[in-house]
Amino acid sequence: MRDEIAAIFEQVLGRPVAITDETDIVEDLGMDSLGVMNFVMAIEDFYDLSIPLDRVAQIQTVADLIQAVNDLRNEAAA
Amino acid sequence: MTILAKHAAYRLAYDALLAHGVDPLNVRFDSILSPTEGVLNGTKTILLGTNNYLGLTFDEDCIEKAVEATREQGTGTTGSRVANGTYGGHAQLESEIADFYGRKHAMVFSTGYQANLGVLSTLVGRGDHLMLDADSHASIYDGSRLGMAEVIRFRHNNPDDLYKRLRRLEGAPGDRLIVVEGIYSMLGDTAPLKEFAHVKRETGAYLLVDEAHSLGVLGETGRGLAEAAGVEADVDFIVGTFSKSLGSVGGFCVSDNPDFDLLKIVCRPYMFTASLPPGVIASTIEALRKLRAEPKLRHDLMRNATRLYDGLGAMGFQTGPEANPIVAVTMPDQGTAGVFWKMLLEAGLYINLAIPPATPTNASLLRLSVSAAHSVQQIDQALDIFADVGRKLGFLPSDRRRAAGAL
Repeated sequence: MRDEIAAIFEQVLGRPVAITDETDIVEDLGMDSLGVMNFVMAIEDFYDLSIPLDRVAQIQTVADLIQAVNDLRNEAAA
Repeated sequence: MTILAKHAAYRLAYDALLAHGVDPLNVRFDSILSPTEGVLNGTKTILLGTNNYLGLTFDEDCIEKAVEATREQGTGTTGSRVANGTYGGHAQLESEIADFYGRKHAMVFSTGYQANLGVLSTLVGRGDHLMLDADSHASIYDGSRLGMAEVIRFRHNNPDDLYKRLRRLEGAPGDRLIVVEGIYSMLGDTAPLKEFAHVKRETGAYLLVDEAHSLGVLGETGRGLAEAAGVEADVDFIVGTFSKSLGSVGGFCVSDNPDFDLLKIVCRPYMFTASLPPGVIASTIEALRKLRAEPKLRHDLMRNATRLYDGLGAMGFQTGPEANPIVAVTMPDQGTAGVFWKMLLEAGLYINLAIPPATPTNASLLRLSVSAAHSVQQIDQALDIFADVGRKLGFLPSDRRRAAGAL
């Protein structure tokens, strides 16, 4: 999943990025609030889910994002 | 470092503007002469950024009603309607606004901001789903945070994206409430409301439209975008403000919902704040009557809006997608926007400098709002000033400027 997310980052940012679980999405990737919104929407399209705003606010690192996407997929499957 | 150090990033952005000699947060008018003119540093200035769509702030009848009500009932209510009671004017305004919209119920709030806070935090609660357009006004976002509903954001003016997100919720319990605006306050674009209404019907969601900038502006009788788009029957709740086309302050919500009266006992931004003073209520009632009785105001407004929009477009400025009383000119960057804004001001034209994060797509905008009270000459004067500043800053080649001057 991390590779998929990296590809989406590259697509939104228009440049190659190296990410780990600990990568801080705002601090390390230099995203502003609009960039984050576009990125979140691209993630939502890719995984066919919606991330509610309160969960978006809790996502700081790539690991947080992977966790959120997995949680939302499990909730949808439940 | 103080407790406010956490906002240092905002200080930096503001300081960057100040470094250009631009201080949009400290415009101090010596006096306001009319809906379209003020005096700034001793210079008569055209006001083209005050959302005074119908120009009713100096209407003699509205002023007279406000004075009369203030003399008779005092300057303020000194409390909420729950604690201090409802005055005749509050009830009358609610009945007249409901009648205007052809709805059974209306509720008046102390500001438009509070109307959104109150209504959005109350209509949906825990387990419900609030669907917001990504470009929603701050009051809509703040209202969504005051309530307990799950908030999902869809792409701006994109009914397909909304539909996709509602489809993902299929089978989940809870109500769905879609929130869109009649005219978006930064770019002046309207929502594709017919298509949103279709999505609403398909998915069984409720639909709320914020007509803050479209009341008195759009629609055959001035009821806003829902009327203009012919989908009023699909709109479950309309929220709006008195502080733009009606020239005062306050907010409202209208609906046919049979349980509407419940809002008045559960809606905290209604219950725990002082109600509007009698003078404000009285001028608003009179302004609403003018709005209904004088369609010419709307026609003058659209004439001016079209003239300004077309004029700026003809000069080569990049404007929003459609001619509306809000006209936004996109600037290449924040610094240029600030300098452009300052030079307009020095030339006697007041407009709004709109910069991130208040703008969509991180654009820096020069935001203009037109009034029915502007004369054609004032619009042309504003266009001339834009052409001059545009030429000085290298936006317009000089031949283009001559072509624009010939408009």
